[in-house]
Amino acid sequence: MEYFENLLGPAWPVVWTLAKIVAIVLPLMIGVAYLTLAERKVIGYMQVRLGPNRVSFFGLRWLRGWGQPIADGLKLLTKEIIIPTGANKFLFILAPILSIMPALAAWAVVPFDPNLVLANVDAGLLYVLAITSMGVYGVIIAGWASNSKYAFLGSLRSAAQIVSYEIAMGFALVGVLMMAHSLNLVEIVKQQQGSYGALSWNWVPLFPMFLVYLISGVAETNRAPFDVAEGESEIVAGFHVEYSGMAFAVFFLAEYANMILVSTLCATMFLGGWLSPIPGLPDGFPWLLAKVAFVLFLFLWFRATFPRYRYDQIMRLGWKVFIPVTLVWLLVIGGWMQTPYWLWGSGAH
Amino acid sequence: MNAIREFFRTFLLFELVKGMALTGRHMFARKVTIQFPEEKTPQSPRFRGLHALRRYPNGEERCIACKLCEAVCPALAITIESDQRADGTRRTTRYEIDLTKCIFCGFCEESCPVDSIVETRIFEYHGERRGDLVYTKEMLLAIGDRYEDEIAQDRTSDAAYR
Repeated sequence: MEYFENLLGPAWPVVWTLAKIVAIVLPLMIGVAYLTLAERKVIGYMQVRLGPNRVSFFGLRWLRGWGQPIADGLKLLTKEIIIPTGANKFLFILAPILSIMPALAAWAVVPFDPNLVLANVDAGLLYVLAITSMGVYGVIIAGWASNSKYAFLGSLRSAAQIVSYEIAMGFALVGVLMMAHSLNLVEIVKQQQGSYGALSWNWVPLFPMFLVYLISGVAETNRAPFDVAEGESEIVAGFHVEYSGMAFAVFFLAEYANMILVSTLCATMFLGGWLSPIPGLPDGFPWLLAKVAFVLFLFLWFRATFPRYRYDQIMRLGWKVFIPVTLVWLLVIGGWMQTPYWLWGSGAH
Repeated sequence: MNAIREFFRTFLLFELVKGMALTGRHMFARKVTIQFPEEKTPQSPRFRGLHALRRYPNGEERCIACKLCEAVCPALAITIESDQRADGTRRTTRYEIDLTKCIFCGFCEESCPVDSIVETRIFEYHGERRGDLVYTKEMLLAIGDRYEDEIAQDRTSDAAYR
């Protein structure tokens, strides 16, 4: 490493940072690819089907189905990107970029290990909230630039939905803040370390907020049952109706990258990140992986189970249920923390 | 009292968990998928697939060019031209079925007085160029010759119900 440092001189920090970014983005993209396969498999199994089980590598029987995401990617890559006549060309191309950018940028502050984090920022939680809020611009711009009624309807719906659920999500994270006394994601995980293993993580004292965060996360990523932005049965495909080829693929990547991001944040803030659930077992990255996989499985399970919410029901749930619930629970744990009956370590300071 | 029960049912996500339990159980249920090229569903002897023209056991083609099938075809998929053969019988000079038009209703088979045009059990066929799916008389006769055993057996098994 020192050899490279001397060789590249002042360019070294840039190269090293780029290498670290690649080390995060590359596995993430592979994760996205196989998340699409997992989704089709899990939903297939829940619908008593088998799901994709044909495309393989080198004709190996035990890899059947594993080539499917690669084949899908190659197919989209070779397809033509059609720009509608009335579309605003610049914004039309910009929209997918704007939607995948935040999904990747937010990973900068996600801690994989006590020492393994690209940027250990003290305002990490705020950064995550700010960056993920940017995602809605991609959707709005896509809907507007397409110059299509369906796309426009879809983008308006998703804009209102994402903005509403952001508030509930923010309130849920205030609970995490009160627990950790820090905005730093590494500190947030470290605070959850306790002698009860899985029971000392944030999800126990903040259970209603954990649920609110999880459901808001589903709504934020426009996933079923909150997928009114896409609404296949009513507005065809919503905001990305007019997109084809790689431009569509980028939206697809962004959606799944966002799913992984929300799951990872959920695992970090409520499920103890890299901490081991059983006291005595060593902590480490594999635990985080397992927790993320569990939350992602929940996402797929939701999609296989629930029908799409009606639009006014989504708004009612966000504004009239989630926000009051989180506010009440904030008061409850705020009061509880001041009493000697507080069980989770860092109580009243 | 009911309102309180309803409150807890809603906030404990009772019905949602119930729904997820159902899909969760189905995840481990035996799968019903038929893996097509290797596995196939059972077929009825009345299956209506690709058409064929049959012959009598002595090799004479059955079709007498009565054009009933052409007349009854709701999709206008059949085209027939006929002429007198050297031995004085009326035969088709052209018998074409446009399979891109055909709706596989089986009326042609119903209408045929000599059981000449039949629908076989074949459903896996394709065309690669425009016109590939317009089947000519020779092609239909060839299918009939090739699958005569199966066709005859299916007609016999269904004869009692006609």
